[in-house]
Amino acid sequence: MRVQLFVTCLIDTFFPETGEATLRLLRYFGVDAVLPTEQTCCGKPADSGGYRYESRKAAEHFLSVFGRSTDPIVVPSGSCASMVKNHYPELFRDDARLHAQATAVAGRVYELSQFLVNVLKADRAGLKGRGKITYHASCQLTRELGVKEEPLALLRSLDAAEFVPLPSADRCCGFGGTFMAKMPEISMALADEKLDTILSTGADTVTGCDHGCLMNISDAIRRRGAAVQAKHIAVVLAEGLA
Amino acid sequence: MSLPTGSIPFRENAAQAIRNEALRAAMRNATGVFAVKRADAVSAVPLEEWRDKASETRLQVLDHLADYVDRFAKSAVRAGATVHRAKDAETAREIVACLLKDHGIQKAVKSKSMISEEIHLNDYLEKQGVTVVETDLGEYIIQIAREHPSHIIVPAIHKDRRQVGKLFAEKLGCAYTEDPAALTKIARAKLRQEFLSAEAGISGANFAVADSGSLVIFTNEGNGRMCTTLPRLHIAVTSIEKIIPSVADLPKFIRLLPRSATGQVVTTYLSMITGTRKAGEATGAKDLHIVLLDNGRSSIVAGEYREMLKCIRCGACLNACPVYQTVGGHAYGSTYPGPMGIILTVLLEGMERAHTLLDATTLCGACADVCPVKVPLPRLLRRLREQRTEMGLTPTMERQGMAGFGMAAKSPTLFGAGQQAARLLWPLARKIGVKGTLARMPIPAEQPFRRRIS
Repeated sequence: MRVQLFVTCLIDTFFPETGEATLRLLRYFGVDAVLPTEQTCCGKPADSGGYRYESRKAAEHFLSVFGRSTDPIVVPSGSCASMVKNHYPELFRDDARLHAQATAVAGRVYELSQFLVNVLKADRAGLKGRGKITYHASCQLTRELGVKEEPLALLRSLDAAEFVPLPSADRCCGFGGTFMAKMPEISMALADEKLDTILSTGADTVTGCDHGCLMNISDAIRRRGAAVQAKHIAVVLAEGLA
Repeated sequence: MSLPTGSIPFRENAAQAIRNEALRAAMRNATGVFAVKRADAVSAVPLEEWRDKASETRLQVLDHLADYVDRFAKSAVRAGATVHRAKDAETAREIVACLLKDHGIQKAVKSKSMISEEIHLNDYLEKQGVTVVETDLGEYIIQIAREHPSHIIVPAIHKDRRQVGKLFAEKLGCAYTEDPAALTKIARAKLRQEFLSAEAGISGANFAVADSGSLVIFTNEGNGRMCTTLPRLHIAVTSIEKIIPSVADLPKFIRLLPRSATGQVVTTYLSMITGTRKAGEATGAKDLHIVLLDNGRSSIVAGEYREMLKCIRCGACLNACPVYQTVGGHAYGSTYPGPMGIILTVLLEGMERAHTLLDATTLCGACADVCPVKVPLPRLLRRLREQRTEMGLTPTMERQGMAGFGMAAKSPTLFGAGQQAARLLWPLARKIGVKGTLARMPIPAEQPFRRRIS
């Protein structure tokens, strides 16, 4: 099976090791993951910031790059996947040609955990893990994409790791894209509360499907000097590969 | 009354609120309790079906709002009420003041009404020499503290019982107690006198029924019923979008509103007031005036934000909003706080004044999850942000940054150059910092992922 990997600009720029983990995972399951090198950003920051013109530019570029093939598009981020799947068609509501293109591409988009569980049945592959892991359910992943069970299924399936549920797992961590920059006081207060619940589980690792949230949580961890790590689910899963 | 000029300093207000530990604790406590109770109250009911039906009914009214307003007015007049139409807040205030003056009334009791807050009724009446006594316990607390509600259904949500105890001791001259039951008794004794001596009652309405002309009021303290039945004159101030077609539609809201608001299966008191006291009836106002406020709603209903008018003011979106939970209602500097409040405030008070509130959301969507009438709150918030940008109200640096982003996003070369530049400039940029945000992010990787792979 062949897929196109949209690695997201955040991972591309800041967290290349998560990109590598994603590739390793997909290859482990025999997937030929192609990385279109012209990819940039899905346009999410501009879209949620209210910059429709700029987010359309990004979206048009995305469609031109990922529209060349009809292979599924795998995205290791709930908010970026939802941007393409749910917001692109809305963004092009007044342009029939691009709307049709956006709808077609939207139908081929999978968030990583969704692809791993629903297509590759990776939750039945006996993957290994380590330590005590808890999980933060990101907002767009959970509410816009409706991906709730897949990450849990993957984490619960890990051999040699203990999964502990996070209280109020789907409460916002305060990242919110540009919100982090525009409302730093609230953003940090919410991240601090998120960290409180994470620490209450006794986990040594908090994972999730969105690096934006994990970055905000990591900052709360750093500010407090807490003994817990925030890792993308691709990294957690890839660590256990032989 | 003129509103303060300039835009609402939401970020400054929020930063201050965050440092207020008592406020944080009170908010955490109250919103937490409501969220749990709500979840409980909706767990064993066909919620989606109820929400769809309620939403449908609300849309049906909005689709023909002018007709429904006429229908309601006709029915209400038939039942014995006098109906006044107020195009804006000023008109509504004047109508109420004139009515009180014409009846020679110096003191009125009032049940909770957000519309009266929207039109700043109390301040206006007080300036006209009329004493208005709020009779909802939360509103009473807020009134004697000379504050404004910080929640649309729990006005004193930001206060804990110790604060209320101190306030009562100071303002009412009673002995200090922080026992909620004792505090309630103190307020009750005071208010009982007011009910018995008031010559007019002012209320809002949760719903107005088009086919019967009835006003429907949900309360938990019975104060709404006292206000509307004891005094000889009852003035109800409500807004046009509160109309529902018929009494048969009411159950849809009776079951949804209290569940969404406080997690109650039913509200303690449900009053339906149809016209004036009839011959042979022992209670009810002899004179009923209904003020129907438009205040911009007729134009909102014709535009792309019309779905906001489906709102039934339950407050569920406030309770669910992480930002509201953290900063409380006063930080919004507006009559309506929280997700619904941001949208309504922009629509009612204008983008220039309220655009700063559009940053008071992470767009997490928790509000849309709980909205009983399925107002697409996150979509409306995003659309309003687009409008703010179109109006040129975002900061210059942000606009330039986004313009640069737009160019880079469509050019892989430029995008790569941007990543390189970010990597090089990061340490310096961190020092001058975008409000310290860069310090909260890691340094860009030496080599972007795409370069590593290809």
